[in-house]
Amino acid sequence: MADTIPADAGLRKGLARPSRASVWADKWIPLVVLSPSVVISLIFVYGFLAATAVLSFTNSTLMPRYVGAGFQRYIDLFSNSVWWTSVANLFWFSVPFIVLSLGLGLLLAILMDQRIRAEGALRAIYLYPLALSQIVAGTAWQWLFNPEYGIQNTVRALGFTSFEFNWLNDSRMAMACVVIAAVWQCTGFVAALFLAGLRGVDEEVIKAGMVDGASMPVIYRRIVLPAMWPVFFSVLLLLTHQAIKTFDLVVAMTAGGPGTSTWLPSYFMYNFSFERGRMGVGAASAVMILVMVVAILIPMMYLEKRAQKNAS
Amino acid sequence: MRFRKFALLATTAAVLVGAGSVRAEDVEVLHYYTSGGESRAVNVLKEDLEKIGHTWVDSAIAGGGGANAMTVLKTRVISGNPPKAVQMRGPAIQDWASQDALVPLDAVSGDWDNLLPPAIAEVLKYDGHYYGVVNWVHRVNWMYINKPMLDEVGGTVPTTWDEFFAVADKMKAAGHTAIAHGGTPYHDAVYFEGIVQSMGVDFYRKAILEGDAEALNSPTMVQVFDILRKSTEYFDDATQGRPWNLAAAMVIEGQAGFLFMGDWAKGEFSAAGKVPGVDYICAVRPGNEGIFTFIADGFVFFKQNGGEATEGQLELASLIASPDFQLRGAQFKGAIPALNTVPVDSFDDCSKKAAADLQSTAASGGLVPSQNQGTTEAVLGAIRDVVTNFINSDQDSASAAADLAAAVQAAK
Amino acid sequence: MRPDKLVARIAIYAVLGFFALIFLAPLYVVLVTSLKTLPELRVGTMLALPQGLNFDAWGKAWSSACTGAACNGLQPFFMNSVYIVIPSVIISSMIGSINGYALAQWRFPGSEIIFTGLLFGFFIPFQAILLPAAQFLGMLKLANTIPGLIIIQTVYGIAFCTMLFRNYYVAMPLELVKAARVDGAGFFRIFWRIFLPISLPIFTVCVIWQFTHIWNDFLFGVVFSGPESRPITVGLNNLVNTSEGVKEYNVDTAAALITALPTLIVYIIGGRYFIRGLTAGAVKG
Repeated sequence: MADTIPADAGLRKGLARPSRASVWADKWIPLVVLSPSVVISLIFVYGFLAATAVLSFTNSTLMPRYVGAGFQRYIDLFSNSVWWTSVANLFWFSVPFIVLSLGLGLLLAILMDQRIRAEGALRAIYLYPLALSQIVAGTAWQWLFNPEYGIQNTVRALGFTSFEFNWLNDSRMAMACVVIAAVWQCTGFVAALFLAGLRGVDEEVIKAGMVDGASMPVIYRRIVLPAMWPVFFSVLLLLTHQAIKTFDLVVAMTAGGPGTSTWLPSYFMYNFSFERGRMGVGAASAVMILVMVVAILIPMMYLEKRAQKNAS
Repeated sequence: MRFRKFALLATTAAVLVGAGSVRAEDVEVLHYYTSGGESRAVNVLKEDLEKIGHTWVDSAIAGGGGANAMTVLKTRVISGNPPKAVQMRGPAIQDWASQDALVPLDAVSGDWDNLLPPAIAEVLKYDGHYYGVVNWVHRVNWMYINKPMLDEVGGTVPTTWDEFFAVADKMKAAGHTAIAHGGTPYHDAVYFEGIVQSMGVDFYRKAILEGDAEALNSPTMVQVFDILRKSTEYFDDATQGRPWNLAAAMVIEGQAGFLFMGDWAKGEFSAAGKVPGVDYICAVRPGNEGIFTFIADGFVFFKQNGGEATEGQLELASLIASPDFQLRGAQFKGAIPALNTVPVDSFDDCSKKAAADLQSTAASGGLVPSQNQGTTEAVLGAIRDVVTNFINSDQDSASAAADLAAAVQAAK
Repeated sequence: MRPDKLVARIAIYAVLGFFALIFLAPLYVVLVTSLKTLPELRVGTMLALPQGLNFDAWGKAWSSACTGAACNGLQPFFMNSVYIVIPSVIISSMIGSINGYALAQWRFPGSEIIFTGLLFGFFIPFQAILLPAAQFLGMLKLANTIPGLIIIQTVYGIAFCTMLFRNYYVAMPLELVKAARVDGAGFFRIFWRIFLPISLPIFTVCVIWQFTHIWNDFLFGVVFSGPESRPITVGLNNLVNTSEGVKEYNVDTAAALITALPTLIVYIIGGRYFIRGLTAGAVKG
């Protein structure tokens, strides 16, 4: 682009002192540009969520029915043990998922940052799972975890006939399978973001550290990683969002089972709203999920802002 | 006699409603008939409809035992654009009819009262009118036995749970998996249902169909869970998520002895070239003699723009109720015809027994809807939660019975 | 190289290689399964190589496998997905870029609130808005049509696109706009002449992200489509659930790969630019 700053005569006319019209335009045009998105968001996000919230105070079963029921649907929800199982499961899914994705992503990023060969190929290998839908990824992992024709069977065919790997059938371990699939899908992306962050750290600072005789691990711990807080928070935000929304993966891998050991709140909401014809309870669970989202994300966004300020 | 009368009626109806049909009509059919013989049965219907000049617009939505299809239906209805015909069964028919969303089938249902067993007619009706048409009748309380394996251990077909466990022990001792089970809430509940029925049809009715808290949390129910717990000892260790048709394949291929599943599983046996009485035995489950648990699969027809039934809708309904489709559809599906006038001579022995039992239990009071047919999705879901949790944990029977009573009450 | 350095290098490659193998395993299994015949599937383990390159399963998945009563494979669904994805990706990216520009470079009182308000749309679970959205599309007479799906996919993509562009443009010095305004350029001209030309990296990120998400979407695709507009994920779901007798894992896996192919290609070709775009500023939060 040779002419990034326009040089045509017509533009230069009103130079030096912007006219009143253009000041007025500068003030309002951004708002006008944003207004369609704001209106869309008010309808499609806030309006529709409000409609769902209204349903949570009604007697709706199969279809919406606007007969008030006070807080009865919330009482139903809170006295439903499957809901509490789902909430607890979300914890047991999110924490390992987020910790493993962050840890493994950071490890891979640091290793890839060591001027290695074939970095492009490795990055592509780590990143490709993100290109797959959760349905495809979940189905593939279900095949792998299936003892009859998956990992267990393969290892046994190699001669280790007493090899046991049957987590998918174990209600205490099934969630671990979902976590593994989710980590597999997201880690490459996390690594890419961290790698981008690492590359953004000032080379001079690192070189200065090396001149001072500090070892690589020390340089990473003292200089590089602290500079990565903003990236860290962005990643944390994305992973948390991903954890709360995980749905297709569970549908494809376990359909909530064995028992209710891999039900998540999003699965509960869909199941109760549509499959079971308990729309009011489903809507109440949707509202509770939104409360969770807000309760988790707002402090996180605040921390992220602070991390950014400290970093700059 | 009756048969001819019905055939005549069906044709007249077709002619009557078809008389004005100069234009071909697009009939969108929302269904989840995608597995096994189902898709062949649906194709028969599709061909029949296209033979009389209409276009079948296929809206198959697979997955989740119809859950996805029902989600689609709800959004379609609420957006004012429902499909013309929808696969449906159970209390959902009455629910939708009560919302004034369905067209009554009076124009074609003239003689159905005489042709259908009352227990089945009842599930298609709302407020005295037929709103659903039945495709075929499934019997759920079947079990399938691999005959060579049964012979190998020298067993006979068990008629009580004690006898069953004796045979299962022999199979286990011989190194076989005794029960082929699919570890899904669906299959778990199908297995559970058979045990409840073995405690008597009245108990089943009270506990499952009426959701009576006292019956649900009773010593009898504790006994049911005890039998269920004992059964799990005969499962293999790869059940989780296994679809029922793969469980059927285990019995077909001789990897397992018993399969507890409805008659739709028979299609898998026939497709594999297995012959009843030779390769496998179909028998009523232990303690289930004299009880026929049915699922009456059918279609309902949604009002278009709040109006009357369209010609295509009525013609499709009368095609489904025609003896020809009743015969062929049921055969593909492994079921039996719903109409008592359709001859079953060409069916296999399992179906012949089912057809005879249908008539006898209809008279004796042993004809009851399966839980998949006779309870709302909410209650069914609650039952499945408790049963599947019980199977996948080491919960004791008494607390499972208490949980069941509480969960069903909350879902009612 | 010093021995301890050499050991460190070997360790680095060993760890990276080990994880590369784990990451590739599912793809490998799916790929070899799709190339096997049914008898082959019965005898071998899932890791065994196929006996030959047999694309029959791919052919069947593409054009003749049953997805309900119709047996035309994934072919018809594939084009629907293309018709849905292309406009939604373009429109949502364009709206996102101009929104991001307005929010980052033309701060006004309340612009942060608007940003946060828009961003919230990214975090909502979409199952919660299905029914109202269906009702709304019905009112627009767009229920179960491709335009209806384009609207839905575009609308729920705006939040993320806006965030990407806003975070990218926020890293640009505010002096750019100031200088251009002194020169008399207005809102759109500055966007067009200054910001768009430097936005290629972030457009790449946004387009890849949106393409992947919309192509892979199942929930909206199944609920808001009609018989003539079902996207490929719905076709895949029907295909793997439709069986007659024996389950044809080779056809199922081939269908899964056909579904995933466009996004995989986008990642393989565009992956480098994707990372570059992220490096260029999006990650700064």
